[in-house]
Amino acid sequence: MRAFIFQRATDPSAAVQALAAAASANSPLTEAAVQPLAGGTTLLDLMKLDVMRPATLVDINPLAGNWSTIDFDGGNLKLGALARMSDVAAHPQVRQHYPVIADSLRLAASPQLRNMATLGGNVLQRTRCSYFRDVSYSACNKRHPGSGCAAMEGFNRTHAVLGTSDQCIATYPGDFAQALMALDATVEITAKSGVRTMPFAELHKAPGRSPEIETVLAPGELVSAFTIAGRWPRSLYLKARDRQSYEFALASAAVALDVQDGVVRDGRIALGGVATVPWRVREAEVMLKDQRLDEALAARAADAAFSAAVPRRNNAFKIDLGKRVVARALQQAATMEIRA
Amino acid sequence: MTIAAPQPKANMGQPVPRYDAVPKVTGQAQYAADMPLANPAYAYLVTSAIAKGRIDGFDLSDARKVRGLIDIVTHENAEKLKEPKLFGNGGYMSTTIQPLASAEIAQDGQIIAVVLADTFEAAREAAHRVKVSYTAATPTASFDSPGTTSARAKGQLSQFKEDPKVGDFADAFARADVKLVASYETPTQHHNPMELFATSCVWSGGQLTIYEPSQYVHGLKNGVAEQLGIDADKVRVINPYVGGAFGSKGSVTPRTAIIAAIARKLNRPVKLVATRDQGFTIATYRAETRHVIQIGASHDGRLVALRHEGAEISSRADPYAVGGTKITTRLYACLNVDSMVSIVRADRNTPGFMRSPPEVPYLFALESAMDELAFKLDMDPIELRRVNDTMNEPIGNKPYTSRSLMACFDEGARAFGWSKRSMRPRTVTDGDWLVGHGCAATCYPTQMAPAAARVRLQRDGRARVEIAGHEIGNGAYTVIAQAAADRLGIPYEKVTVAIGDSDLPPAPVAGGSNSTASTCSAVEMVCGQVRQRLFKALMPNEGLVDKTKETVGMGQTPVTQAAQSGQPLDREKAFDALGISIVEEYGEWKPEGAPLDSFRAMHDGKMRMVGGSEMKDRIAYAFGAEFVEVRINRWTHEIRVPRLVGAFACGRIMNPRTARSQLMGGLIWGMSSALLEATEIDERTARYVNDNLADYLLPVNADAPGVEVILLPEQDDRIDPAGVKGLGELGNVGTNAAVCNAIFNATGQRIRKLPVRLENIEA
Repeated sequence: MRAFIFQRATDPSAAVQALAAAASANSPLTEAAVQPLAGGTTLLDLMKLDVMRPATLVDINPLAGNWSTIDFDGGNLKLGALARMSDVAAHPQVRQHYPVIADSLRLAASPQLRNMATLGGNVLQRTRCSYFRDVSYSACNKRHPGSGCAAMEGFNRTHAVLGTSDQCIATYPGDFAQALMALDATVEITAKSGVRTMPFAELHKAPGRSPEIETVLAPGELVSAFTIAGRWPRSLYLKARDRQSYEFALASAAVALDVQDGVVRDGRIALGGVATVPWRVREAEVMLKDQRLDEALAARAADAAFSAAVPRRNNAFKIDLGKRVVARALQQAATMEIRA
Repeated sequence: MTIAAPQPKANMGQPVPRYDAVPKVTGQAQYAADMPLANPAYAYLVTSAIAKGRIDGFDLSDARKVRGLIDIVTHENAEKLKEPKLFGNGGYMSTTIQPLASAEIAQDGQIIAVVLADTFEAAREAAHRVKVSYTAATPTASFDSPGTTSARAKGQLSQFKEDPKVGDFADAFARADVKLVASYETPTQHHNPMELFATSCVWSGGQLTIYEPSQYVHGLKNGVAEQLGIDADKVRVINPYVGGAFGSKGSVTPRTAIIAAIARKLNRPVKLVATRDQGFTIATYRAETRHVIQIGASHDGRLVALRHEGAEISSRADPYAVGGTKITTRLYACLNVDSMVSIVRADRNTPGFMRSPPEVPYLFALESAMDELAFKLDMDPIELRRVNDTMNEPIGNKPYTSRSLMACFDEGARAFGWSKRSMRPRTVTDGDWLVGHGCAATCYPTQMAPAAARVRLQRDGRARVEIAGHEIGNGAYTVIAQAAADRLGIPYEKVTVAIGDSDLPPAPVAGGSNSTASTCSAVEMVCGQVRQRLFKALMPNEGLVDKTKETVGMGQTPVTQAAQSGQPLDREKAFDALGISIVEEYGEWKPEGAPLDSFRAMHDGKMRMVGGSEMKDRIAYAFGAEFVEVRINRWTHEIRVPRLVGAFACGRIMNPRTARSQLMGGLIWGMSSALLEATEIDERTARYVNDNLADYLLPVNADAPGVEVILLPEQDDRIDPAGVKGLGELGNVGTNAAVCNAIFNATGQRIRKLPVRLENIEA
């Protein structure tokens, strides 16, 4: 960890001003000299590991008054970026109308971390790739563009099979983002120039040739809220992992269905633990439309979800596992009891 | 009485609360790194990023800019220390790879620099700014890597005595009715105690004080003195509490003498707290092992031939091996037995003791094979053990001092509901879950070592016991206080215990589960001496008995029959007769069969442990039976363990509360060793990949919802005076086999390689 300056932002414009101060055109957010600090559950770890070396931290927790809303107006849901994971997971209306959100948060991390971590920080949490998090490995295209990828031929059991490139196979580790993907959420971004919104699905960038760039956010931009249109009571998050709690997904599926008279009107599937970014599988979703969901259809959709998968030496199991998780999640969602 | 404090049965002490419970739960207990130091310099290690090669040079310019930096010590300016000698070969050290001695790199994560600064933060920042250039060579990572060399353990390592054999295995196996040949593998594992590897060194007037979590303060004191080339009397090691050790803090690691030498040069206290990932490479670990088991049996299940071949990874520098064939060849009746242990060298740090070092990997192989054989014979696996149960070990035909293996199986089976188990695999389901039940035997040698103690009794009934034992979470304070209270006839609350300090009378390493047997035997003996002083005042004419002839424990101060017995003592009257207010006694105890140099070795911090299979005319082991229920999700193949049941018989139980706690932790550890714990090695670089507590999987509470410990009464008068069999390493043995046996019962799939991950489960 390097010595740093600690600033406290008292309002959103001060925050983005401070964050934009050190912005340089070529620097990705993750490498910016000024970093926002919310729950700190990822950033402080990475600073102690010397992976992130910001010169300044801007504490945005004072913005929580306006940015930690959990607002359900009967039809739509708005979640502030500084809402704590535990508060959202326990919220009765979230649990009733958006079980996939509550599940994805409840099944993540530990109670202590969920009490600290914010939704905004959660969606931006960085990969758990061991080679990324250990600076003694010189080859990491995320840390040092062009240096290579130690994971590619290394121990890569937890790495991604979807959305990879020849530069990076690091898995996107989060759970909540899959729920946002499945629900077609919108993300609100606050910047010096004002507030803008865009589909959440456009926030993250697959590694491609520039794995060091993980989102479309520029230095000085902050995720401030998420909105979800409509209610999704028939939705769930299924997570397969090595231990029963406090563990990242080896494969997970966020599934949301609109079923009327036994027929799927709209079906959404997003995958976690298997892809480099939050991963929506529209090619599988279209197969569900206007169909009756049975075991065979679920299996076909699951196959389609992984049609583009590229395994490495230790992670090929994720393809088969991921398919079973998708198939099971779809069937569970189709048959789940909906609370009125 | 509660679940945590079970009602004592025959030959069990009271489940009194832990002596150190309040200081621990209130945060008052001071661990090594908590000790206040005057103006310390903070040390931060830089470790190698390659496993083999040499350092070409350092660029320290960036590091030197950090405010508060004091010095950076590398092989170019480090003090030269004396040649290290391996613990298992008669020395003190965990490894003979000596860091900072040259530019050579022999292992991943070798200490290559120590950064010193006025604050921890400055030391860490400067360490992160150290740039190292290497010439790397291609390292050998493990068994299947090119460049390994393999040789028999026998002759390389004095700790490994023999490859046990008896009869004619080849002939008997060839003619056996039923044959089984199977190979098994266990993974690399690290101890990962909660408390990190910390060392603080303070010099004062030529006297060195070391604050370091240690399972062997006298070993550490003498080992560091030897490395520094100073008199051992100039060194004191203090650690009243150890925050978990599991074997990792038993032998001396190179860091201590390095930090001591730096503190001497700086003339300032130096404090080091190594990071979690550094702990994977600056100390020891459980090396990966491979096994081939061959069993020949008759149709009725009797073993007629058994062969166990084991191979273990060690470093290039050191021939470390755990060699568990000494028990796997002796556990069951069999007339024709053969075995061989090999050591396979790779470019790794030297492995070392880790909780039940031989038993965990070697019983995984044997107890899995027994289950396979039972299935082949269409026999209940418990009945197979019963058919082959024996009161005499087959290699030397020596009698077990006591053996309650089948009683443990029967008690455990009752509690677990074993009779309702389906013998046929893959027949029980519960919703999405396949359900399976498995069992295995556990055993651990009963071991003892010389120990000394000082006991002071006051007229008012308060007592103080001094012994350099170790509180590693085992309950050492508690059982020592109980032993003294019991012998002195005073309440437990009136006893003060001082341990964890090398200025106290020496006790053996808190390893090999010998602590309670050794320290309590010594404390009880010295309490007898105290009673003797008092009885003598009351009964001046009672004659002494010659203890050297009558009991184990030679060379002890003779005490009378009255003092030895449980005869009540009118303490105040005795003190008045003596005319003083305090009686203090010191004594040195050694177990029967201990070598002649035992007491000298004890003061020199060298182990003279006896027991287990290495006694002349008998064999002493504690036994148990473990039962596991697994559930496997048919969609995700996730493996969960809702129930663990263990039944154990371990001689006298000093305290059912601390015993249960140890065994419960052991059962969870054992389950974890089957399903979770494995250190992953990058095969190209011979480096540990998951060297942190997020990626090195340990069970969380949700992974062990149901754990039941059953303590069986057992009395054994042929072991040590305390009648105690060590149980600290009994709980986590065999559990790995029981898990895999349960997985077979659930799925029909036999898994012979640990850990079992969800991807290892077939559809």
